[in-house]
Amino acid sequence: MDTTLLFQLVLNGLIVGALYGVVAMSFVLIYKASQVVNFAQGEFLLVGAWVCWWMLTHWQLPIWAGFLFTLAFMTLFGIVLQVIVLRPLVGEPVISVIMATVGLSIFFQALMKWIFGVFAQPFPPIFTVERVHVLGLEVQSVYLASLGVSALIMLGFWWFFTYSKHGLAMRATAYDQQVAQSLGVSVPKVFAMSWAISAVVSAVAGVVVGVVNGVSSALSFYGIKVFPAVILGGLDSIVGAVLGGLIIGVLENVAQYVDAEWLNWGNMYQIAPFYALILILLIKPYGLFGTRNIERV
Amino acid sequence: MAGIPAVLEAGGVSLRFGGVRALTDVSFAVRRGEIFSIIGPNGAGKTSMVNCVSGRYRPTEGRILFEGQDVTRLRPNRRAALGIGRTFQNLALFGHMSVLDNIMVGRHHLLGAGFLRGMAYWVGGAQREELAHRREVEEIIDFLEIQHVRKATAGTLSYGLRKRVELARAVALKPRLILLDEPMAGMNLEEKEDMARFIVDLNEEWGMTVLMIEHDMGVVMDISHRVMVLDFGRRIAEGTPEAVLADEHVRRAYLGEADEVVSGAGEPAAA
Repeated sequence: MDTTLLFQLVLNGLIVGALYGVVAMSFVLIYKASQVVNFAQGEFLLVGAWVCWWMLTHWQLPIWAGFLFTLAFMTLFGIVLQVIVLRPLVGEPVISVIMATVGLSIFFQALMKWIFGVFAQPFPPIFTVERVHVLGLEVQSVYLASLGVSALIMLGFWWFFTYSKHGLAMRATAYDQQVAQSLGVSVPKVFAMSWAISAVVSAVAGVVVGVVNGVSSALSFYGIKVFPAVILGGLDSIVGAVLGGLIIGVLENVAQYVDAEWLNWGNMYQIAPFYALILILLIKPYGLFGTRNIERV
Repeated sequence: MAGIPAVLEAGGVSLRFGGVRALTDVSFAVRRGEIFSIIGPNGAGKTSMVNCVSGRYRPTEGRILFEGQDVTRLRPNRRAALGIGRTFQNLALFGHMSVLDNIMVGRHHLLGAGFLRGMAYWVGGAQREELAHRREVEEIIDFLEIQHVRKATAGTLSYGLRKRVELARAVALKPRLILLDEPMAGMNLEEKEDMARFIVDLNEEWGMTVLMIEHDMGVVMDISHRVMVLDFGRRIAEGTPEAVLADEHVRRAYLGEADEVVSGAGEPAAA
């Protein structure tokens, strides 16, 4: 048994898992606030990464400026999407809303391919030091930065929902829209805001992954990987989303290790999370932290 | 009394759900500083009327004026921001939040510091503003005697306490008109007396105009300045508690045929 490799993989799993957690959080945010299951979450990463890449390579902006522009763009993107596509669907059957988000997913994947082509494009190098050593393990500095960014976003979420006026309004709206309204909370504004935040946060994850692996349509696969994470954590729990993301991240890496060492089935890295998804649905359909009575579709 | 301006005016309000007529041509005015009660048998349209005022329902016909402004077409959150607060018939607390957070949601429209200023929490004036809010919230908490549960999760409290927290949340809005939908339902005698005292204090010391639905006739007759009686969605009487009790229609429609039941502020009548 190669323990160094195992540790390395667990560490990788935690780093990737933190990113899954971030995307899962933004997925749960939309679900909690507006009861929409967003199948286009992965495309938020894709669009954000492409926009940032475009700023950096074609307009030659410094990384901070390109990044800030991307955040601003994605805020607007989320709001426009909510107002134009999702708002007219309020009160429609859940399945219609899901079909709309599936449509959005296909649309933006195609649009990005049309604009930016089908080949993966690398970000210009950002870090001067390629790799660093942590506790005897070798880590790419982008990975380390990615872990930092993920932690920062999670901290931001926690602050937002605990202390900010809008975070409180969002929690209230998620619990009972009628009552929140009677207390002066504008529900359409809360919906728009939740989409904006979700788009921005996902885009940050998209940029991070883009810097690590290059920007390509593979990014939208994160939107699918989010499902095992949120189902494990519980569809309506932000804490659950983070934990679910971490577990799924570690799981796929460990599965790969087990596969390489003993099983030799191949491709476990891709498939293991979805085996887990099926298992969770069989054993604990509401996840670790989910509310019991939420309806599944 | 007639010279006091009306805080709330409902003019010819009708509400229909398909073929069901929940309210038919109801008009009334609540004067500033009043405790105004709506009574009537179950299904008389009391809650529908309050929902029309709070904005949950939009009347099919008629107008609602709040402090002279037509609010008939405003969304509930706009009305709340204008100064109409409410509690609900069935407990409507955010059960998973702390008591304090519940009350802070009530401050929503008063918390001027938006997202960006919130970010600049340590730099700008947000901190001073936050302190002022905290002080006011603490005042409300003290007033409703819920200090001991301020950090507790709302869903874990006893029924009577939850009703009080809900009232605190509505008061946090700083409303000039507060709508109370059965504030004493399901309470024991002691809890009812406490609640009645809170309502009277809110009215007298905090200067809030109260529009209340209540089934407990004793309380209604005790603390209301004026009472309106609804039956099958129509207004059948309005006036001082004594006048309403003496009204022939009210006796027949609401208190039952037998006249001996009507004896002033006594036992709750069939409701």
